[in-house]
Amino acid sequence: MAKNKKLSILLRGIIEENPVLILVLGTCPSIATATSLQSAVSMGIAATIVLVCSNVVISLLRKIIPDTVRIPCYIVIIATFVTAVQLLLQAFLPAIYEMLGVYLALIVVNCIILGRAEMFARKNPVGDSALDGLGMGIGFILALIVIAFPREFLGSGKIWGITLDFMENVKIPVLATPAGGFFIYGIVIAVMNKLTEKKGGVKRKSFDCESCPSAAICKKAGKAEGTCQGAENTASTQEQPTNAANEDGVKGGNA
Amino acid sequence: MKELILILMGGVLINNYVLQQTIGICPFLGVSKKTNQAVGMGIAVTFVMLFATLATHPIYTYILAPFKLEYLQIIVFILVIAALVQFVEIVLKKFIPSLHKSLGVYLPLITTNCAVLGVVLNNITDGFNFIQSIFSSLGVGLGFLLSMVLFAGVRSRMENCPSPKCFKGVPITLIAASIVAIAFIGFGGVVENLIG
Repeated sequence: MAKNKKLSILLRGIIEENPVLILVLGTCPSIATATSLQSAVSMGIAATIVLVCSNVVISLLRKIIPDTVRIPCYIVIIATFVTAVQLLLQAFLPAIYEMLGVYLALIVVNCIILGRAEMFARKNPVGDSALDGLGMGIGFILALIVIAFPREFLGSGKIWGITLDFMENVKIPVLATPAGGFFIYGIVIAVMNKLTEKKGGVKRKSFDCESCPSAAICKKAGKAEGTCQGAENTASTQEQPTNAANEDGVKGGNA
Repeated sequence: MKELILILMGGVLINNYVLQQTIGICPFLGVSKKTNQAVGMGIAVTFVMLFATLATHPIYTYILAPFKLEYLQIIVFILVIAALVQFVEIVLKKFIPSLHKSLGVYLPLITTNCAVLGVVLNNITDGFNFIQSIFSSLGVGLGFLLSMVLFAGVRSRMENCPSPKCFKGVPITLIAASIVAIAFIGFGGVVENLIG
């Protein structure tokens, strides 16, 4: 039974709560670095290492870090691991370091890592947190591959950096640009929706305040201004007239 | 002067962070449902980017670089940005309450915004001096504001369109973003031709 629970923690991040395709977190690196399989996989691995390490450390320190200053503490822990990964890549794999560029440093503010710290690692023991980090990391890598493959194949006519001659005259260069990234990402999520539709649908948390690391602050702010309009509007599959949607938005913020 | 204008316009149109470099997508998708919110978020981000550059550039030039501590830049910059956002919020609340009321709600969200960290890191990587960095941050911030406002307009029209069931919500938003991004590709080379 205990073994099943551990397995489910690991597997949850891969499909059921896939960070990129279901939770819609960490969209920036998903679009920016998923232009080729090589950069997608290296980005995924770098983020997974940071995710597992920071989950472990945050989980170990969960009883020591005061609740009120936890977000800055988490950011410092994450930044430390990102710096370590960056230095290691610079020293041993300079080609990958060059390829990822500023996006490597931006792992610090990747919503997935802060989100998992906030949602999971601060409430759970070390082993579970490490598994959660690993599962989410693998889910992240798989999602990046799914987005990167069509972009590299159709956009640049390459697979894993190897040019395919027969694609020379039929490639669609726009898919390799950020615009193509948005497009393929949208299509992939739509396909996921279609596939999960028959199984009763996955509970989708799109742009949800709950999955956002700043949820607590945002809610407080939302009370004052009604800014934090939850996912109810976006996630709902029904059409709403604009003014009704606006009212709901204010309600969502106040709730 | 010409160079500074090029940097500024480059940030707004050509290297638009959201649509051409895909940095800062979360607020772009999350807060672009209503135009007034998009404007508020955009102005707040521009504001914080400027202040962050004013703070981080001297820190890098006069503290980190002379002591060979460049490798600490990520940790130092993210802490400076977090502290700065808090500081700006307190100052605004105390001295300009009307501005705090309109921008205040967005400020806490900006700490974890990758566009702010991205622009200060890029200013260092590109080797900009202090004045150039300020113009670059201003350009990137205005570019962020522009894309937020444009996209909020697109989105308010899109909400009323009948889209296929599996495209409802996130997917159709991303595809709309893709079309807006294609429009921005057209700006490449425009600025150089206008000025040069």
